[in-house]
Amino acid sequence: MDSLLTVPFFAGLTLAVLLPLVGNLLRLRDEWLATLGLAHLAAAGALLGMAAHLPAFVGALAGALAGAGAKQASGGRSNSAYGLMILAGWALTLLIAANTMLGDALAHALIDGQLYFAGWREFAIDIAVVLAALPALRWLMPRLVAARLFPERERANGLPAWRWHLGFDLLAATAIAAGLVTFGLMASFALIFIPPWLAFRRSTDWRRAQWLAIGIGATGFATAFWLALVLDQPFGPVLVTLLVALFVISSS
Amino acid sequence: MILTLVDAVAGYAAPVSPPATLSVARGEVVGLAGSNGIGKSTLLKAVLGTARSFSGSIERPPATRIGYLSQQPVRLPEIPLSGRELLATLGADRLPPPARLAEKLGARIDRLSGGEYQLLMLWATLAGESDLILLDEPTNNLDASHIRVAIEEIAAASARRATLVVSHDRDFLAAVCTRIVVLEATGG
Repeated sequence: MDSLLTVPFFAGLTLAVLLPLVGNLLRLRDEWLATLGLAHLAAAGALLGMAAHLPAFVGALAGALAGAGAKQASGGRSNSAYGLMILAGWALTLLIAANTMLGDALAHALIDGQLYFAGWREFAIDIAVVLAALPALRWLMPRLVAARLFPERERANGLPAWRWHLGFDLLAATAIAAGLVTFGLMASFALIFIPPWLAFRRSTDWRRAQWLAIGIGATGFATAFWLALVLDQPFGPVLVTLLVALFVISSS
Repeated sequence: MILTLVDAVAGYAAPVSPPATLSVARGEVVGLAGSNGIGKSTLLKAVLGTARSFSGSIERPPATRIGYLSQQPVRLPEIPLSGRELLATLGADRLPPPARLAEKLGARIDRLSGGEYQLLMLWATLAGESDLILLDEPTNNLDASHIRVAIEEIAAASARRATLVVSHDRDFLAAVCTRIVVLEATGG
């Protein structure tokens, strides 16, 4: 493979392993819509950051963290709040693009996703995010499962539950920001949404659900990467089409 | 004594339960009976801290670990989690479960019947590392044969814990409890 493609491939593959794992916990918490909201705010933040000559990841992270903060401040779960995040992020992204030197093309690249987005900087960020996220997920998972099935347990026992709820929100926001600057908004959302959906349907237990989600994410990413190159198509829509097709086939 | 209530009145915006006085020691299973709507579950929630205590006192030693089974345990429509994994997650996998439950532990919890799920959630509450167990209507969704397993579960796990059980089923309370306290409306 051309070295120009090796870096985006491995950067994307790194996140294609992480995002489905984060997605499993988002699905457990019934918060997958929040992901789309955070991703839109991350896109707006990335553009705003670039307009201010900051690295895209810094802006994306700030946007996603602002969304996570708003979610915490609003008391957590509300589909209406997530809907507002999506609309605000989308509108901001396109307005920033229209009113700065960045242009529509870059905004669309962020939203649609494209193959050559990631360089060494994004790869390094992705590796750092994954290295921090994997042990954090191992610590968070049992706590979040217990919190979901026995919600009164934390309050009754005076547990410092804010540590794992806020911690997971920050982790999800960071993973989404990394996904956004690596392969775009919809590709990130697809990797967080579809592999966990399939894994939740097909797996016999939680451990297998983690492996199945990773397998679908990584295989889907690698296949879409190859198809996009061979067919000369935009990467994001190819990945989304592939994952949607996989879902439809496996559900029929 | 793990839990002591003296003239405790519980409620939300306004008082719901009449004053209740009871105590539960380690190894005891105390039943809380009373007519529908009298505030048995509200009293349990006041012990948990999710309902308000209006008057009287509710005391438990500091750092008492509480296990609580709600009247309607959370049931997710889709979750790829086996019963065995659930127990391990909650640290409730040290005691051997009753045989009828043990044979179902490999199955996904969202694919269990209503009765099987209730028995699993009951065992997950009982077998954890709690000092005080609060059970709110644990026989919900259980047929007669499941109720026998529930009685077995409580007997197997209650020796080193203090257990307070709310139930409308007097026969069940008589079978599992060392003592039954009846909550009655005060006159006036």
